[in-house]
Parts: sequence; C-alpha cells; structure tokens
Amino acid sequence: MNVIEVEALTKAFGRLKAVDGVSFNVPRGEIFGFLGPNGAGKTTTINVLCTLLRPTGGRASVNGFDVVKQPRQVQRSIGLVFQDPTLDEYLTAEQNLRFHAYAYHVPGAVREERIAGLLELVELSDRRKSKVSTYSGGMKRRLELARGLLHHPQILFLDEPTLGLDPQTRRHIWEYVLALRREEDLTIFLTTHYMDEAEHCDRIAIIDYGRVVALDTPDNLKDSMGGDVVTLEAEDNEKAVAELRERYNLSPEVNNGLVTFSVPHGDTFLPKFVRNFSNRLISVSVRRPTLDDVFLKLTGHAIRDQEADSWAQLRTMMRGHS
Amino acid sequence: MEAVFRGMWVIAYRDLLRFVQERARLISSFAMPLLFLVIFGAGFSRVIGNLTPGVDFIQFIYPGIIAMSVLMGSLMSGLSVVWDREFGFLREVLVAPLSRTGIVLGKAGGTALIALGQGLVMLVLAPFVGVTISPMMVLKLIPLLIIVSVSLSGLGILIASRMRSQQGFQMLVQIIIMPLVFLSGVFFPVNNVPAWLEVISKINPLTYGVDAIRQVFLGAELPAMVGSAGNPGYAIGVTVFGHTMSVLDDAMVIAALGIVLLTAAVWSFNKQE
Repeated sequence: MNVIEVEALTKAFGRLKAVDGVSFNVPRGEIFGFLGPNGAGKTTTINVLCTLLRPTGGRASVNGFDVVKQPRQVQRSIGLVFQDPTLDEYLTAEQNLRFHAYAYHVPGAVREERIAGLLELVELSDRRKSKVSTYSGGMKRRLELARGLLHHPQILFLDEPTLGLDPQTRRHIWEYVLALRREEDLTIFLTTHYMDEAEHCDRIAIIDYGRVVALDTPDNLKDSMGGDVVTLEAEDNEKAVAELRERYNLSPEVNNGLVTFSVPHGDTFLPKFVRNFSNRLISVSVRRPTLDDVFLKLTGHAIRDQEADSWAQLRTMMRGHS
Repeated sequence: MEAVFRGMWVIAYRDLLRFVQERARLISSFAMPLLFLVIFGAGFSRVIGNLTPGVDFIQFIYPGIIAMSVLMGSLMSGLSVVWDREFGFLREVLVAPLSRTGIVLGKAGGTALIALGQGLVMLVLAPFVGVTISPMMVLKLIPLLIIVSVSLSGLGILIASRMRSQQGFQMLVQIIIMPLVFLSGVFFPVNNVPAWLEVISKINPLTYGVDAIRQVFLGAELPAMVGSAGNPGYAIGVTVFGHTMSVLDDAMVIAALGIVLLTAAVWSFNKQE
C-alpha cells in the first residue's frame, strides 16, 4: 500500500517552477530518498506534502489523505524534521516536547512516558530541563527528531536531516533512523544532497531542476551505468584507448592522463585485459559506480555541494528556468 | 471546532509559559508605563494643576497610562509572531493539526492575558497617585481591559502576519504606537485641541479605550463636567457628534474594532504559505 502518492505535482513561485510535474509513490515502511542539489525542488516538495505550501497543479496524498482537502488528517499522520531549527529556544527540551504533545493531542496517560522514552532514545535525558538555547546544533537536531516522533506518525519527513552536522552526529542520526524503521514501522521520506546518505535508502528519486530524472533502488541506478568503472594509466594511453575500442568495443575517455571506461563485471574483465594488453600498464583500478557517477550521467553536471543559503537556491533555480 | 479550541489554548499556554520565563521582558513591561507615570505625573502636575474640580493631572493621566501599558503589551502579540517566524518555531505551529483561526485567537488570548496582568499590576500604584480604588472598579476594569487588549492584539497579529523581520515590525509599531498613544487622550483631553487634532483623536480607537478606563476610575459623571476654566472645551469626556460616550459605548467601539482586526488577521494568516 502506498502511503505517499504524488501525481504530476507542480509548484510555481511566480514564473519560477520549483517543482515541475513530479510523480512518485512511496509504499509503507520504505525509506525513500530525494537526492538532488540545492534548489532542485526537494524542500518545496516536502513543504507541499506537509501542507505548508499549496500545490500549483497536480495532486498529492499522504497516508490516504489529500494534502489540500484534508490538511488536518495529513498533519496528524506525519512527523517532520526541517532543515532549519524550529524549536522554541527559550523553553526547555521537555517544554518543547510537551507543547508538541498538546498540539497533536497525545493522550495525557502516555504523554510523559513517551517524552521520557524519546529523550532516552536521542540521549538527551540528562539535559531535558535545559533551555534549548544552550544546546549544540547536533543536540537540537536530535531533539527535533524526538519531537517529530512524539505523536506516533506514520510517515517521518526529514529535510536534509544531517546538514551542517559533524560526521559523528550524522552517523548517530542515521542509527536512530534505521532503528526507528525497525521498531515503529515508519515510512521515512528524506531529502539529501549527500551521496552516502542516499545509499541508506531503499529507493531514491534523483531530482534536478524540479523534475524527477530517475527513480530506483541505489543498486539498480548504479547498475544502469553499464557495470563497473575501470580507471587505468598506461605508458601509452593512446594505444590503450585504441585497443579498448577495437578489441573490446568499449568507449573509454581520457581525463588528466587517466583512461576511464565502464564495463560489465569489471573484476573478471580486468585480468583478461591485462593478460592480452600489448603495452605496459602503470596503474589500474576498478570500482563500483557511485551515485555521483549516476547523477553526472543523468544530469550532465555534478551535484553541487554548496551552502544552502536561499540566494544560492534562487540562483540555481533561475539558471534552470531562464 | 475542536481544532480551533485546541489551537487557542496550546498557543496561549506557550506564550504565557514563555512570558514568565523571560525575566527581562517581565521587568521591562512594567518599567515603561511606570516611567511615563513618574515623569509626566511629577513633571506636569505642578504646572497643570486641576483640569476639572477634584481631578488633578496625575489622576487624569493615570488611567491613560494603564491603557497605554495594555496597548504596548498587546502589540507584543505581533512581535512574538514575527519572532517565531524568524526563529522557525512558527513552522512547528503551522504544520501541527491546529486551525489557523485557533492559532490567531490563541495568540490574541495569550497576549491579552499578559496585557491584562500588566494593567492590573499598575493598579497597585493607585494609592500613590491619589486615586481611590474599589473592588467594584477592578471588576469593571477586567472585562474592559480584556476587550481592549484582545482587540489591539488583533492589530499586532495583523501587522505581523506579513512581516519577515523583527526590526521591520518594531519600526512599524513605533510609527503606529506613538501617534496612537499621544492622540488618544492619555496626556490631554481631546476636546480642547485644534480641530484637525480632535478629528484624528476621535478616529483613534485607543481614545475610546482610554476614555472607558478613565470613566471607571473617575466616575461616570465626569464626562459631563465642564472643566476648571468653565469652558465646555475643557470637558474630559469624549464627545462624538454631540453625544458623550459612556463606558458601554466605548467598549462597543473597541469590541467592533477588535472583531474587524481579528477577522482580518485570521484571513491574512490563512492565506499565508
């Protein structure tokens, strides 16, 4: 059963189409990732799904409820962790969670227990009575995660959940997320522009300039590259290129003195190639394609790992649509 | 309906919780009116003396200062909306299953309660400025202050519903607050002023709030009093088209304004994305 259904969704800001005819479904229990550079339309899509923005066109339903016609039911079904903090810094962690519990109508009988349990999960129990303004960035994000789960949502939206966090905290957040999926039967929808995070997803949609350009499991996406990526350096690269073309019918490219090409089953191809090669080889390596390679191939540009300030987002969007 | 009430009390609860935790705000909200009372009271009362037999200047401005402190407290509703938007908390509120109407009414209600508290605390000063105060007066003042503060909170929220920065909001409020306070009869009766000023003062809704609160303090017969110079222009009450406003008239003007402002605020909040 699909808990998220999106059909030809469009969201325009004036003449700018931030989301341009996006369609996808997410079945229950899946970790679904939106991978794309800043300004690609990831956050806008989440904002439409969580009822903060009204779609310009198309249709979207969450947990079976239409995001425009049944916003309350949608809101009750989802938990959110935004890119930017949305905590009341002048209240304590507990007070923030209690506010959330009241707002989402969490019954009094389970409220305090649930709050204590979640603070335990994100390891903030000892700081529960501290004002949030005294927290570090990672602690705030963990608290937001706990808050997003407080009302037992069916679907958890994570918008760049680890942006700006140190590697250790990032790993931590991921441990929680993966544990949660096991324990709470959650569906998780996340956006990221980190390739390694996208690897954790069951399926990912690659989004660029408001459009979904590919949607599949990370493995299938990488397989679509046509096998493994082989990089080699020969004493005479020209000769190597010619031989690869003629004898193996491959299409190698030369970059920075290195010959690169894709080939199915690189691990068995390579010994055969080395045995028959007429020139001397200096170095050779074989690796599985990464999602970076997939992204580059599908969009023609590398994912830009720039700061997520709104101007950069606007500029990237403008570039795509002018 | 449930979503409206839930929105109201959740938002009001959080605003009150924050208010009591922020000592600086707690103190400053009382300091300002006190300052006005002391400076204007001590500074002008010698010079001006009696406005009307039995009413000296400090007794005259004291009810006005209460109205002013309620006004300033009420506009905080808007500041807290802008603050929440700037610090992101507004998103947490907007994605919660709460009705926007409830959110706006909760903001107004919470702020009104705080402003009411501020107004009532000012009553403690009554004996020091020579104003007699009775339990009956306090009972009359409470609903009056609630109407004034809820209405003016509506103004704050309406302004804030589209403002992105605190600086912008504060600047706009300064521009609004100054004429609103100075042309509301807090510091001088609005009858004995140039005609253009009189017109502006009588359009100013705060004038009616000040008048109602003053009548509760100084007695209902006050508006009719002619003033120390024997000139009808010195009368303290507010006269509109020859009709001298009673407390009930004043309250109705403010309540009507409040309904308009809150409706506009709800509309504006519902439309924002």
